[in-house]
Amino acid sequence: MSERFDARYPDYDVLKKWDTPSWNEQTRAVVAKRLEQVPERRFLDETEWSILQAVCDRLIPQPDRVGHAVPIVPFIDAKLWKNQGNGYRYEGMPPMREAWRRGIRAIDEEARLRWGGGFRELPTNQQDAVLRAIQHGDVRADAWQGLPPKRFFSSTLLYEVTSIYYAHPAAWSEIGFGGPASPRGYVRLGFDRRDGWEAEERYER
Amino acid sequence: MSDRPRAKDGRAPDVFRTGAWIPMRCHRDEDAVDFAIIGTGAGGGTLACKLAEAGFSVVAFDAGPFWRPLEDFASDEYEQQKLYWLGERISGGENPIELGSNNSGRSVGGSTVHFTMVSLRIGPDRFKARSRLGYAVDWPIEPTEMWRYYTEVEQALKIAGPVNYPWGPPRPRYPYRAHEVNAAGLVLARACEAMGIAWAPTPLATLSAPRGLAHPCVYRGFCHVGCSTNAKQSALVTWIPRAIRAGAEIRDLAMVGRIEIDRAGQASGVEYHREGQWRRQRARNVVVAGYAIETPRLLLNSACTRFPQGLANSSGLVGKYFMPQSNHAVWGTMEEEIRWYKGPPVMALTEHWNYTDQGKDFPGGYSFMSQGPLPINWAHSVSGKRGLWGMELRNEMAKYNHQAGLKIVGEVLPREDNRIELADETDEYGLRIPRVVFSYGMADKKLYEHALRFMREGLAAAGGKDLWHEDGTAHLLGGCRMGSEPSDSVTDADGRTWDIPNLWICDGSLFPTSGGVNPSLTIQALACRIGDRIRLMARRGEFGSRRDVPASRVRRGEHQPA
Repeated sequence: MSERFDARYPDYDVLKKWDTPSWNEQTRAVVAKRLEQVPERRFLDETEWSILQAVCDRLIPQPDRVGHAVPIVPFIDAKLWKNQGNGYRYEGMPPMREAWRRGIRAIDEEARLRWGGGFRELPTNQQDAVLRAIQHGDVRADAWQGLPPKRFFSSTLLYEVTSIYYAHPAAWSEIGFGGPASPRGYVRLGFDRRDGWEAEERYER
Repeated sequence: MSDRPRAKDGRAPDVFRTGAWIPMRCHRDEDAVDFAIIGTGAGGGTLACKLAEAGFSVVAFDAGPFWRPLEDFASDEYEQQKLYWLGERISGGENPIELGSNNSGRSVGGSTVHFTMVSLRIGPDRFKARSRLGYAVDWPIEPTEMWRYYTEVEQALKIAGPVNYPWGPPRPRYPYRAHEVNAAGLVLARACEAMGIAWAPTPLATLSAPRGLAHPCVYRGFCHVGCSTNAKQSALVTWIPRAIRAGAEIRDLAMVGRIEIDRAGQASGVEYHREGQWRRQRARNVVVAGYAIETPRLLLNSACTRFPQGLANSSGLVGKYFMPQSNHAVWGTMEEEIRWYKGPPVMALTEHWNYTDQGKDFPGGYSFMSQGPLPINWAHSVSGKRGLWGMELRNEMAKYNHQAGLKIVGEVLPREDNRIELADETDEYGLRIPRVVFSYGMADKKLYEHALRFMREGLAAAGGKDLWHEDGTAHLLGGCRMGSEPSDSVTDADGRTWDIPNLWICDGSLFPTSGGVNPSLTIQALACRIGDRIRLMARRGEFGSRRDVPASRVRRGEHQPA
């Protein structure tokens, strides 16, 4: 599988619109906080944190951002610290905090059972094999007792990781999303129509 | 900002002006008001307005904050999750549904603060599904009457819609002109034309021309997480200011935990939590308008010695016949740039399959619509539903501006087993949390399979490549259905509970069937009708004390629990 990100909008940076009518004061405040005040570790212990970091590195690999990767784990930790869930949990799933603690441990245990080493120590192809097995519910570790692996992988882990990554301006830029748009919205709505303040695609069709 | 009540001490936020206030009549807890309404969304917000304008004293409670969209709403999906009902619920059954985001709201204005603004009428025959079409049950209201109230709501919200609507009997002109259809909507148009069926620009509750202090929609596309310009005609900027002007009091950040019942078995007020303490508001009538989960939850949580099974539950049907709508989608990649983040998410639709049953192997109808999910929402589809992660996910997401999709709002048939009940676990207020149990029936599955086949063929004909589909649900209905008989329903056609004459329900939980369209317009039409009915009954002296209850209600005594 390709490990390369195919940039379609190499010249586009949504943050360049910061001081334009596309961004209002309240949006700047929210995004500035996200960029500048990355939460400290408060809920997970150091081991859990670093296993989760290794997992996130596979779910959203960022080889193109060495040293300035979009942070994901700190925002998961902050959510767990606040204990603010998403409004429900599936029957058979433990409450949110417990689900994360047990899920992280189970991923590590699954790695040991399959490859004889903790998740963090495995090469990336073995890490991916572990995650794919969990995604498909093909698990062996006892730690999955009472924690449905497919649900945990898709509805908890991947759900949260993608929420956080695609809340970051770097992710908006790479997909060519217009980003914040208030008070100024858009004028040109039809096929292949683009306002001057939207991303220009540079990609072989 | 959102942790302290704003609507108090004789004033409420002015939603149209930054930092400004409007005067609001306030009531003391110990003074019995004519109506205590629980919930301020499409049901409760609308009814608060109608009752206040009819001259009743009204206090309407909402668990959520009273926003000023112009200053409180960011253009940001993550931040705006603050509009959702995020209290814990348990979702079970064979097809457990996702809760908490698109199908919930915790704000003054309820989920209309972040709804998609799709404003459709249920077709006349669908209100009489049993007698005219041979499935499910009839609504206890005549379709012609519902259609009159639709007109009232369309006018009140200045719905922007097409001159000619292709389906159903003639309807009045929409008050505002239709919006220009975006590329995502034009893909739907292509698909429908290829399949030989009609399509239309979506009738939308967002302004296409100025209205008062609100300017027209600027197509910023963040509708699903709250409108920061007030173009969206939510209850927060329509019914609520009207209600306050007419003398209603809105209490924000006020969570009602229990309805009080007096010795005569009548509702006498509500217990609510605000500013760190439990308080009691006395009331001559109580209206529950908390939507399809919180309404039955509150009735069940208000169980007392006299009504040990919960309030209004002598039929055993509180929480039963709960219905989401199916929300399955087909997605594809287009050659052209679509940029579906521009404009309201749903700018074109077809109701073809709500108005014809030819070639169907199931009862019920569905509409389908164009789509425009924002990045996080789209990432959830591509990752959680399609199963992509890693660099494959990032590269797939980078095709964002070339995506298009078609999504249904499908009728799910009422089944008693689909229900809201109480779990043993309690929330931060000490109230038992709800458990939602849902499984599709055979007819429901045939409906969405039909839709997926049809949409897939249409999207392919429109130029979509790399097609895939996902399942899903939207809109929560039923759970306290209205009807003609106390034995098979919770309320009568006026939303008045059969068991307790001064306890009413006014929200989507009343729906006996779900219909194949987004429900907000119907909930508001029902609320307008209930408001008019209450005014009429009051004028006739038909309610208040038990003595004043009309004969038809007194006869119901035999159905009450011992």
